[in-house]
Amino acid sequence: MRKYLLLILVIGSGICLIWRLFFLQVLDSGANTIENDNAIRKIYQYPKRGYIYDRDGKLLVANQPTYDVMVIPNEVETLDTLTFCTLLKIDKTEFLKYLNRAKRYSPRLPSLFLSHLSKEDYAFLSEQMRKFKGFYIRKRAARDYQTDIGANVLGYIAEVNPDNLYKDDYYKFGDLIGKLGIEKSYEEQLRGVKGVNYIQKDIYNRDIGPYKAGQFDTLSVPGKDIKITIDAELQAYGERLMQNKMGGIVAIEPNTGELLSLVSAPSYNPGLLVGRDRSKNYMKLYQDSIYKPLFDKALIRMHPPGSPFKILVALTALQEEVISENDLIYCDGNYTYGKKRRVMKCHCGGGYRNLNTGISNSCNSYFAIAFRKTIGKYENASKAMDIWSAQIQSFGLGNFLGNDLSVGKKGNVPDGSYYDKWYPDFRWGATTILSNAIGQGEILVTPIQLANMTAAIANRGYYYTPHIIKSIDGEVIDPNFKTKKETSIDAVYYEPIIEGMHSVYKTGTANLLRVPGIDICGKTGTAENFTKIDGIKTQLTDHSIFIAFAPKENPKIAISVLVENGYYGARWAGRIASLMIEKYLKGQVTLKKTEQLVLNKSLESEYLKPYSGKPFKINE
Amino acid sequence: MNLNRANSFQLDWLMVFLYVGLVVFGYFNIVSAATGVEFTSYFDISKPYGKQLIFIGAAFVSIVFILALDAKFYERFASIIFLFSMSTLVGLFLFGKNINGALSWYDIGGFTLQPSEFAKFATALALAKYVSDLQTNIKEVRHQIRASLIILIPAALILLQNDAGSTLVFIALIFVLYREGIPDKYILIGFALFLVAIGTLKFSALVVCSIIAGCLLINQLFLKKKKKKFGVALWILIVSIGLGFATEWSYNNVLQKHHKDRIGLWLRLEKDPIKLKEMKRNISYNLNESEKAIRAGGIKGKGFSEGTRTKGKFVPEQHTDYIFSTVAEEWGFLGSSLVVLMFVILIGRIIFLAEQQKSQFSRAYGYGVASILFVHFLINIGMVMGLIPTVGIPLPFFSYGGSGLLGFTILIFIFLKLDANRLNVW
Repeated sequence: MRKYLLLILVIGSGICLIWRLFFLQVLDSGANTIENDNAIRKIYQYPKRGYIYDRDGKLLVANQPTYDVMVIPNEVETLDTLTFCTLLKIDKTEFLKYLNRAKRYSPRLPSLFLSHLSKEDYAFLSEQMRKFKGFYIRKRAARDYQTDIGANVLGYIAEVNPDNLYKDDYYKFGDLIGKLGIEKSYEEQLRGVKGVNYIQKDIYNRDIGPYKAGQFDTLSVPGKDIKITIDAELQAYGERLMQNKMGGIVAIEPNTGELLSLVSAPSYNPGLLVGRDRSKNYMKLYQDSIYKPLFDKALIRMHPPGSPFKILVALTALQEEVISENDLIYCDGNYTYGKKRRVMKCHCGGGYRNLNTGISNSCNSYFAIAFRKTIGKYENASKAMDIWSAQIQSFGLGNFLGNDLSVGKKGNVPDGSYYDKWYPDFRWGATTILSNAIGQGEILVTPIQLANMTAAIANRGYYYTPHIIKSIDGEVIDPNFKTKKETSIDAVYYEPIIEGMHSVYKTGTANLLRVPGIDICGKTGTAENFTKIDGIKTQLTDHSIFIAFAPKENPKIAISVLVENGYYGARWAGRIASLMIEKYLKGQVTLKKTEQLVLNKSLESEYLKPYSGKPFKINE
Repeated sequence: MNLNRANSFQLDWLMVFLYVGLVVFGYFNIVSAATGVEFTSYFDISKPYGKQLIFIGAAFVSIVFILALDAKFYERFASIIFLFSMSTLVGLFLFGKNINGALSWYDIGGFTLQPSEFAKFATALALAKYVSDLQTNIKEVRHQIRASLIILIPAALILLQNDAGSTLVFIALIFVLYREGIPDKYILIGFALFLVAIGTLKFSALVVCSIIAGCLLINQLFLKKKKKKFGVALWILIVSIGLGFATEWSYNNVLQKHHKDRIGLWLRLEKDPIKLKEMKRNISYNLNESEKAIRAGGIKGKGFSEGTRTKGKFVPEQHTDYIFSTVAEEWGFLGSSLVVLMFVILIGRIIFLAEQQKSQFSRAYGYGVASILFVHFLINIGMVMGLIPTVGIPLPFFSYGGSGLLGFTILIFIFLKLDANRLNVW
């Protein structure tokens, strides 16, 4: 034993040590890659973010440098606080607050002292900066808006949130990312690719030189400039017309699917979301629960389509061959149906109606009959509803359209199973769901869906997916946007419909909205509007809705307008549609009286009614 | 004192080879650990790696001298060497230089000298000389006490200079005494006391003493009457209780804060995992960083001079006590386990050769060399990996430092010289 004790201990220790090494280096290894080695600092070179131009090449969004004051608390020496505070336009308590905040974060590392200096402040400060040891200025890129319109279209960029970081490891804490609109949809093209320098750091987090002589470093790739389909002038005009009103305007070029304007009202100046007051402004917009300016009404405001939907009811009835152009019906001002003798009111004025006058005077009775015939064509209402629903959906209703916009809503087009679920023990039929005939019922659409539907009618049977991208530097845009989407209605059935829509302007509900020299086809709509006040369903003033396209032959623009609580269709939505069409096609507006009327109208009192806490009248 | 040519060819070349291998590999790791981003030149003597090159040169010169001297010289002059070495340790109290809280250095014209490194081989020589003396019978308590004094005097001097780590090295020379004949029970009792002390810290004195009492009681109940030794059992109990409470008391009242923290962390006395993590970060900062560097090495390592943690100097004292973390980061599991293996073979070879010696002096000295290297090897590498509480002693041949390298070189080559001469011993 005496001979072996030490030897055994030596060998035993050797085994223990190798086992421990094996555990540390093989089993529970923390072997580093260049990305997760925290002895290597990654310094990113941020490329220029791509510019955004409108369809005519007008610059909408560029970049500007912003300047942040940074501080390394340990390096701060006694300084002339008064001068410093004056230069930064802060007071002494703020100065101490910011400095302590930085100290708490780390006395040795740089932290943000004050963000977003104005260019003027920066100019004054940079001259004096050497006097203030421990402080320095960091340059960052921000968006520079060349326009005060289109906030909902352009979107904004902001710092990444944990969710972005989790989903895409391209982004690092503090990076900027497109959060809405174009900035979000085309984030990848706009942002470019950042470059990275790998720097060896030491225990005190100081840089001590490039890692492996910089052989892994990469250069940044600048973001691509993009051109969008929006006509900035038309967009600006639309936003002006919508001032003091709530709603949306969507204008589409029918033969390309390009979005000419996408107005959400009320809007805000995109520049508000840049600079030092960004979060203050954002909170203000975010907390506005009445107007919800951050909520793109043209894209996500779902509402019943109202009378414009009658166009599709007529088209499906024609396609199913249950009506023909010249069939007459008699309207006595009420349409009475069902065993319980229920009544649907009609405001067309009464008399004999055919397809053309049915459309132009928006006769409820005519379309109730057409819808009943369509559904009644089949024994089984559920099956009939499925066929009807498929035809309606071929116009892009009830789905997201697959466009390149950052937000959207699906809307709702019910089919047979939808009502089977609703009435499990009841044999429902056309009369049960008759309000769909006049675009009321369960149908829900967004303004962009209505505009797209209008484009499909203008094209006599097809549409292109509405999109906002016109071109990207050196890149082809999504071929899907160049592919025709056919509706399931035969081309022949469109002509009588379009004649009807033309009559709307000639003799019908929009006869006061005519624009000299332009043949416009349109359809008014008035949609009932309900809300809940303290849990009680309450009716508010109707939504004013209008769809139109022009010119009648070879259409250049298809448009839908929603003015919330604007009462009947021709009242505001129709006027705005006519003005927009004239503006786009002629470049100027001759309907000065109409324009003044629209510009001066404020619907604020309507929007405040439900919040007044008092009983109120509607549809005044 | 003439050079005996025949002897130099009887050197144990395996050991020489291992020695050279360790020194050269160690040197390159010092180059890595001491280089920041800018590497000037291998010969830049303002940098540790430049200086280490001088020390290696000095070590080779010393080897020539050691081999040139007659083997008998070491046995004959052991006492004088020891006395001289002790006087240099005492002299530290008058002329020493305090570095990092330890009064362990002489400052001679810019170079610092650490006499405790030389005291190691001096003590090993003196102990070998004493136990091999014809008049010494190590089985006698009187001689055991004298032998212990040879160990305890330098140990005490060094402890007084606040270098607790090196003190442990001298205690290791107990293996020499064991090989030369002190009774087994000393080792057993020593080991038992160690267990009681550790157990006390981990579980409290009361628990440990109750367990011991329980064991003794069972023992008493089931042993045959003849073998019952009630007195011995009582003694064991009294000593355990005394030691247990003494350990507890001295842990709380005598030890300094940082010692307590290190031991506390090693024994995982803190139960709360979050606090334990915090302790790891704050108290054993070095250990934490060194463990991370070792982990970062993985299987193959990052390659020579490519360790990012080494370059960034994340591990403090990396070129001295924590040099092994450089090996582990840059050479990975393959390189670091090779180093462990080389040490095991080297020490094993020394023990093997010691057993071959005809003279008791050579054998005892060989055991001294093996024990000293073993303690350094185990404690240093164990500490760097967190197996053993932090104790500041260098890794032989690897850690930066002239005194250490020279001390270990002399230690090992005196043995090689003795071994080469064993055929001439009658």
